[in-house]
Amino acid sequence: MKTVTTGKIISISGATVRTDLTGLTLFERVSVGEQNLTGEVVRLEKDSTVLQIYEDPSGLGLDEPVKVLGVSLETTLGPGLLSVMFDGLQRNLDVLADKTGSFIHPIHLSSSLDLKKEWSFTPLVKNGDTASSGDKIGYIDEGPFQHPIIVPPGKSGRVENILQGSITLEEPLCLLDNGYKIFGYHSWPMRIPRPYKKKISPQEPVITGQRIIDFLFPLARGGTSIIPGGFGTGKTILEQTIAKHADVDIVIYAGCGERGNEMSELIEEFLELEDPRNNCPLMERTVLVVNTSNMPVAAREASIYTAVTLGEYYRDLGFHVLLLADSISRWAEALREISSSLEEMPGEEGYPTYLASRLSSFVERAGIVETMSGDIGSLSMILSVSPPGGDFTEPVTQSLLRTAGAFLMLDTTLANSRHFPAISWVQSYSLYQNILEDYFREKFSEDWQNLRNRCREIMHKEESLKEIMEIVGIEGLQEQDRLVMTVAEEIRNSFLAQNAYTDDAFCDPGKTLDIIRSITELYLKEQNKKREKQT
Amino acid sequence: MRLAEHKYRTTSRIAGQLLHVENVHAARIGEVVRVVGPDNIELEGEILEVAKGNVLIQLFGETRGFNLENAEIIFTDTIRQVPLGKDILGRRFNGSFQPIDGLPMFLASEWRPARGYPINPVCRLRPEEFIETGISAIDGLNTLVKGQKLPIFSCAGLPAKELVAQILQNAKLRESSKSFAVIFVALGLTFHEYSFYLEALQDIESEFVAIINMADDPVMERLMAPRFALTVAEYLAFDQDMDILVLVTDMTNYCDALREISNARKELPGRRGYPGYMYSDLASLYERAGRIKGSKGSITMIPVITMPEDDITHPIPDLTGYITEGQIVLSRELHQQGVFPPIDVLPSLSRLMQKGIGAQRTREDHRDLANQLYKHYAKGRELKKLEAIVGRDGMAEPDQLLLDFAAIFENQFIHQGTDARTIYKTLDKGLEILKAFNLVSDNFIEIQSEE
Repeated sequence: MKTVTTGKIISISGATVRTDLTGLTLFERVSVGEQNLTGEVVRLEKDSTVLQIYEDPSGLGLDEPVKVLGVSLETTLGPGLLSVMFDGLQRNLDVLADKTGSFIHPIHLSSSLDLKKEWSFTPLVKNGDTASSGDKIGYIDEGPFQHPIIVPPGKSGRVENILQGSITLEEPLCLLDNGYKIFGYHSWPMRIPRPYKKKISPQEPVITGQRIIDFLFPLARGGTSIIPGGFGTGKTILEQTIAKHADVDIVIYAGCGERGNEMSELIEEFLELEDPRNNCPLMERTVLVVNTSNMPVAAREASIYTAVTLGEYYRDLGFHVLLLADSISRWAEALREISSSLEEMPGEEGYPTYLASRLSSFVERAGIVETMSGDIGSLSMILSVSPPGGDFTEPVTQSLLRTAGAFLMLDTTLANSRHFPAISWVQSYSLYQNILEDYFREKFSEDWQNLRNRCREIMHKEESLKEIMEIVGIEGLQEQDRLVMTVAEEIRNSFLAQNAYTDDAFCDPGKTLDIIRSITELYLKEQNKKREKQT
Repeated sequence: MRLAEHKYRTTSRIAGQLLHVENVHAARIGEVVRVVGPDNIELEGEILEVAKGNVLIQLFGETRGFNLENAEIIFTDTIRQVPLGKDILGRRFNGSFQPIDGLPMFLASEWRPARGYPINPVCRLRPEEFIETGISAIDGLNTLVKGQKLPIFSCAGLPAKELVAQILQNAKLRESSKSFAVIFVALGLTFHEYSFYLEALQDIESEFVAIINMADDPVMERLMAPRFALTVAEYLAFDQDMDILVLVTDMTNYCDALREISNARKELPGRRGYPGYMYSDLASLYERAGRIKGSKGSITMIPVITMPEDDITHPIPDLTGYITEGQIVLSRELHQQGVFPPIDVLPSLSRLMQKGIGAQRTREDHRDLANQLYKHYAKGRELKKLEAIVGRDGMAEPDQLLLDFAAIFENQFIHQGTDARTIYKTLDKGLEILKAFNLVSDNFIEIQSEE
């Protein structure tokens, strides 16, 4: 680690600060001004360095000190993350509340984890064993989980002095023969993907409990779905419903630039609701990263990296993780604000030209992998997008369309008629459908595919008949077509629509199949009857 | 801390309300400066940028008559603060927070930065207490709750101010709280509108604070006025345990001011020329509404927005809708039909309604009733489009019935003139209309009003 060096502020423009310090490296973390604001190096020049501040810069003055901390923006990973609410820079919001009260003031917190808390540690290796990068040296009991302690990526050696029983995160759990100390936690630079042995192609779905998603537009473990929708189309409710019910081990929820009141509602509900699989509060399998719209913009930009690094960490421990981010558009806007304060040349709609590459490398951090220790872990993502004016031709939606595997478009017309989830069955698609075909067939029913095709056919027919009906009225339709309209309405009301506020919020695939089967069978029966009558 | 005030006469450039000063010894972002111009006119300003000795200052006020030689700039070494105290109630201020009611400035017990600090999300309390506005379309179908921010999306020429005045006069909390106050923020208001609102404010029982920026007042004040108001609101709500209703009209003027200032600063324009940070900027205002743990008070916010070209996808209503918890949309069509208030309930929405209604809050059957009214009205409105093509006679009988239902719903439920309705009257009215058309669903449990 470098020794701390100190320089001076020579210019300030909004949250962009120039210092006379040189010899720094890109993305190094700095502490700026007398208030010790967190910042990051974003540009290096011959005789000065440009910094991005992650907090409200008002009050910052010329000649105030800039301190180099010698590390890059990092995420702290270890036991004690679950059920905690962090801000975009991984500061524990409860601890912040203790320190600065109900309103957040700029303050520096020493660690994201509670280092003094006592845990019970069970070693899995003995002194003298060799442990290498990603290997589990033991585990800590954390709520319903056994939290494996792994050798941080890139380290290896022979284990010495391993502890057992009651420990805290302050003391090393063991030493490696090269002198490296392994603690119960480690840090990882948030902008760099964590290593794994190899990526595997997805074969299983993430069951979300939403009929329209699981049946028509499924998400694969390790895949990415995007949910674009204008305001009032129910993005947040949908994301939160999935966060509650999805069939995964760990949920990382990133509230990126959204409403504070919604977050407090989410927190309350997660504390009340139980995970049906182990009867623990849902909160115990959840980490929240919350950077509401009025919190500093640069921290909002960092928040999804904090979230994805947390997700990758649990993936590396061998868990199935779901990352929900609401919303990526707010992240992109933060990127735009920062880029414009750095006076970079703007691309489409003012977004920096690297928007698409940043987005695609972010989405690529999802995946199902063989971890360094040989386990299988996955990180799936569901990202909501808030296109301005509900116009999907804007850059964020378009860039995501190129990388995401499933597109769940929220339709304003459906939302206005209070059909929720307002996912359009006409325009949405999932590229995982074919890959997951075998799984659904083996696990649930041979005719999964048939039923889905029939359901789609009916909905498709309705769409084209609708136009005719608008001209001639339902009376003017042929009897067969009128039947299609009735059945389609039934599918819409009792299959595709799902009330997030009742027990229907979660529907397992078996039940999903039963409902659609009974509707389509009824349809076939009626259709045959009508045919017979005609002949 | 500097020991003395610094004075400079080294202005290097004046462009509109932006001033560049050279060779400044020390300055900080957000620092307040005073600029003394010709004839001892004194303007306030704020530091935007500092680069070595060069400082960029945003002035609040007209720079007419200033030149590079006659401007004297005084650096105060303080951040813009708002004086706060209980005596603020009942007072009127301009956009620079100077009293305009002829009385001297009140004695401040405390000063706080106008910009405010973000509420820690874990300290927020979920908004769930019903506020009765006396308006059926809001109380019945788009219920407002304490701590919510619910904007009114209006169009030019629609009676938004009459609706707002009516809400002001009738707004009641379920458990009537004695410490209820209104903070009225006028941004770029015409004199005509100003006198209308002032009259309405004089009529209400609760106390109020008014911060008024008129159409011909400095544009920069439009950006500061809501921040002053919200700082006052936070003090009254969270320090004095009062329930505060903040009414801001018209946010369209605010956003236009933001665009004007951003342009003067030579920032990159975004959609329709509005700056790219408008979302974050609006959020820094709207998100100050809410309730926090450990305080009895609350801030409820009703911003009024005039949608340019009646377009709900325009950046101002669009970004607002992404931040606020719903919206009340006014309709030109209903207004032309003579319906008052002309609220179009279909695109209107209150996201926090689910928590604020039902037994103990309003009435047990509220949710069911609202859903049914909404459903049938939506159907009726859809059929109206069909009617335009095939004619009423070409439609099936149940469809004709729904058409009638939609018409009656508009004329009797939404339309209520200037009379206030209690929540019970609203619900009874809704039930009465549903019954008249035999549209009450089978599993509906009817509740007798307590009144």
